[in-house]
Amino acid sequence: MAKKIQLPITDEDIKSLKAGDSVLLTGTIITGRDAAHKRLFELIEKGEELPVDVRGELIYYVGPAPAKPGYAVGPAGPTSSYRMDKFTPALLDLGMKGMIGKGARSQEVIDAIVRNKAVYFAAIGGAAALIAKSIKKEEILCYEDLGTEAVRRYTVEDFPCIVAIDCEGNNVYER
Amino acid sequence: MDIRAIDAAEITAAVKKLFMDCNYFIGGDIMSSLERALEIEDSPVAKSVLSQIIENDKIAAAEEIPLCQDTGMAVLFVEYGDKVCVQNGSFEDAVQQGVREAYDEGYLRKSVVSDPVFDRVNTRDNTPAIIHTKIVSGDRIKITAGGKGFGSENMSAIKMLTPAYGVEGVKQFILDTVRAAGPNPCPPIVVGVGIGGTFERAAQLAKKATFRAIDTHNPDERYALLEDELLEKINEMGFGPAGLGGKTTALGVNIETSPTHIAGMPVAVNICCHAARHADTII
Repeated sequence: MAKKIQLPITDEDIKSLKAGDSVLLTGTIITGRDAAHKRLFELIEKGEELPVDVRGELIYYVGPAPAKPGYAVGPAGPTSSYRMDKFTPALLDLGMKGMIGKGARSQEVIDAIVRNKAVYFAAIGGAAALIAKSIKKEEILCYEDLGTEAVRRYTVEDFPCIVAIDCEGNNVYER
Repeated sequence: MDIRAIDAAEITAAVKKLFMDCNYFIGGDIMSSLERALEIEDSPVAKSVLSQIIENDKIAAAEEIPLCQDTGMAVLFVEYGDKVCVQNGSFEDAVQQGVREAYDEGYLRKSVVSDPVFDRVNTRDNTPAIIHTKIVSGDRIKITAGGKGFGSENMSAIKMLTPAYGVEGVKQFILDTVRAAGPNPCPPIVVGVGIGGTFERAAQLAKKATFRAIDTHNPDERYALLEDELLEKINEMGFGPAGLGGKTTALGVNIETSPTHIAGMPVAVNICCHAARHADTII
């Protein structure tokens, strides 16, 4: 049975999640992938304020396809997370609570997850049309010039994912 | 044989349809393979992932929306008959226009940047497409097209093996590449292997191999057996659907070969996700 989680995610929720658990997320999440992460990271390095407040948020690594008329969003499955590894620890240290993506993470990211009591969820890669059914609304928050890579806010209902790395560092990809 | 005139607009229309179709409709070979995998998996997670992938692919086909948000970089293999003369435009422009129209009007994601290192500015129409053209005799044009997602493309590798490595060296490199890719390329994957030729020919053959249906074998029995053996060994790795564990890490291994130099044995491994999209047509 999947655990239902109401966002924003609480520290108690995170503590209760174990690697391998199936969850359904309801509430809002933010999105960002390669180009947006690079920009955010450069601002953090310069000590400047970010155009989006990441504290308490879950970030979904996605670059959606365009929405067909009548659809809230286009197909929107996860992209490979490891490409964001270089930038993730800094975002977690700022208070971001977790990530949603697919695939393995670096030891530095796992350490940052444990240090900050955060969580990493995996969505099913290549299930974009299905996943988009759980995304009800989108709004662009910043970096609109990046097109599909812009930072968005998604309103999700029962967004399906699996706990890939829990706050103790247990990792479903270890085999 | 007389020269045959083909209007550029006909080529554009054909290319447009190929890219829309391949992004909406998964091939029957992949769907059957996913359904078989669902039957043989024991773990509830693997079964759940496969069911969701199958459901996803059915939604995409029914609603004519892309099955994956990464609708890929456009790649085409063209067999161009030497008796064909394109009218009212050039072949290259006609193909690029077809890609442009498919990605724009078909609600496909534009994923191409103009410069790989410095600017990385989106071209906003998913061009340029990668076109591999072979001139053949005849008066037709055969086009095999596919959108190649980069989650799996990034996990691909090439190695200039030398003859002393033999078949064991070939197997080792392929298996090492798949193992290193692990859960990242959206398993269950399709593994395209190109062996022989030169550096670039091996890579091109590997891509071509991913465009071959997975219910087919290399016509040379030795390579057909190698395809089966590698598939079995890959599925023993246990990465499973979505990399969350299971028996189905790959749906197929396709090998394409070419004559090569006395000193060489290049091996290229092009990994493709379960959304192995390709379609073909003859004009």
